Amino acid sequence: MAGSQEMDPKELDDSGPPRDEPPAPVELDIADEMSLDDLDVEPMYINIGPTHPATHGTFRLFCKLDGERIEKAAVEIGYLHRGFEKTAETKNYTLVIPYTDRLNYCSGLVNNVGYCKAVERMLGVTITPRTEVIRVIICEIQRIMDHMICVGANLVDIGALTNYWYFFNAREKLNDVLEALTGARLTYSYIRVGGLAWDLPKGFEENVRAALKTVPKAIKDVEGLVKKNRIFVDRARDIGVMSAPDAVSYGFTGPCLRASGVNHDLRRKKPYYHYDEFDFDVVIGERGDVYDRVFVRIEEMKQSLRIVEQALKILPGGPINVEDKNVVLPSKDRVHSSMEELINHFKLIIEGVKVPAGEIYDAIEAPNGELGFYIVSDGSGKPYRIKVRPPCFYLMNGLKKLIEGHMVADIVAILAGLNIIAGELDR
Amino acid sequence: MKDLDSIIEQVKERFGDAVESSDRPFGDAVLTVRKARIRDVLSHLREEGFDFLLDIAGVDGLHLGRCERFEVVYNLYSLAGDMRLRVKVFVPEGDMNLPTVSDLWGSANWAEREAYDMFGFVFEGHPNLVRILCHREFVGHALRKDYPIMKGQWATGTSDLKPDLERE
Repeated sequence: MAGSQEMDPKELDDSGPPRDEPPAPVELDIADEMSLDDLDVEPMYINIGPTHPATHGTFRLFCKLDGERIEKAAVEIGYLHRGFEKTAETKNYTLVIPYTDRLNYCSGLVNNVGYCKAVERMLGVTITPRTEVIRVIICEIQRIMDHMICVGANLVDIGALTNYWYFFNAREKLNDVLEALTGARLTYSYIRVGGLAWDLPKGFEENVRAALKTVPKAIKDVEGLVKKNRIFVDRARDIGVMSAPDAVSYGFTGPCLRASGVNHDLRRKKPYYHYDEFDFDVVIGERGDVYDRVFVRIEEMKQSLRIVEQALKILPGGPINVEDKNVVLPSKDRVHSSMEELINHFKLIIEGVKVPAGEIYDAIEAPNGELGFYIVSDGSGKPYRIKVRPPCFYLMNGLKKLIEGHMVADIVAILAGLNIIAGELDR
Repeated sequence: MKDLDSIIEQVKERFGDAVESSDRPFGDAVLTVRKARIRDVLSHLREEGFDFLLDIAGVDGLHLGRCERFEVVYNLYSLAGDMRLRVKVFVPEGDMNLPTVSDLWGSANWAEREAYDMFGFVFEGHPNLVRILCHREFVGHALRKDYPIMKGQWATGTSDLKPDLERE
């Protein structure tokens, strides 16, 4: 703009009123007659979902707005309800495993482990040391992958797209490792009652080590972009604050509870699979806001890396399945060579594993929080009743409290930080 | 912090024959409580440090042959003592009413809605006892044993959430 450079700036300054003299205040004579309450203001109602890019699944949010502030909110879920618990009552114990994959589909193996662990405790089966360590390794790999999706998506929702690609580059490497192990990339169904579907493929340890090398760099890149980023901090600090007593009352578990400053991790408090022998820290936040929830997850990924490294070092040899012909299928060569083993195989396939009558509640620390299975058995090969305790369901219960009073734009920031997975929310 | 056994003994002493039994199937502590005193027992346990209501599970014992058809199982956890305790209450088919505990634990709000939706327990005093997983036109209760598994029901429209804004 050559023309503007030639213009004399003084001419512009003189055109307006002098700047140091403020305009005289206008005296309004209506204060006695009218107040703000008399203004004809109607609340505005908006509906978000059931399908909306920011809901990360299907659920519906209905808000009463005062300007851009959310005065009241109502949450409707159930759009992905497929009747998992009802279906499970008609399958035998082994056939339920593929359905558990579809609960939290970002970390299917953890659901497999949680379910099988509950059934194994009912059966009184102790899994072999090798299986135990393998389960720890894949659970922690899945925890890293789950947190990558959650943090990545949370940052995308508030406008930071690049981080998503940084995380998904590394996640792709981990996905390849699990694909080589299980043959699947999403619904793995690799865990069996009493052991695993098959042993580790050749070179698994080296592949895991190589894939895990990409994770610290991804974390470093993302942290460098967002940790002190003014835009991110403004969007996330003190937004969606959940105090520690409220978080406990609402049944928050996992990273969202720890972000509120509560030191609770089942891996430490109720150690299973010898988690107490691994050296890792429980990450705890301070304020319980969106920022803390993001960074508790990022720090947890670093702790999971430490656990996997230690587990790879101690990975013992030996069998992967328990020696119990009432629980685990006999090997194929024995089935083909012995009548008794053939009958055993048929009985297990057709009637299922016979679980003693009674009830059990067993839980593990899933990436999202406490994933519990309450199983009622009547002594037959099919579960009489399975009640899943999905961590999401209770996080979502707290959403109304978290968003009321905030702006509409904060909904997506808060929602993605809770890591709502409709698969386990609606079951 | 008291240990689990002393808390259970204390509940038994205080509530007398309202506590039907206490046992440990597979090592889990379970208290079975009469329906009339369930809220008092849960409220007492809340004060005794069971600050988590992790879950409420309904069970339809149609084929189990227990004393009553339905059961409601409250799954509690104490943060200070790292203890789990399940409180079970038998609910007869003819009288599905229970007192709500949604004012004691925030998590009970949706947990009770789910139990209502799936089995038809009526939690008296609940601020917004409507269906949560099934749609609101749904007839019957899907997880009852006499509900046929293949019987689907279509939703014909969207539910009006305006009344929900003021409830809860």
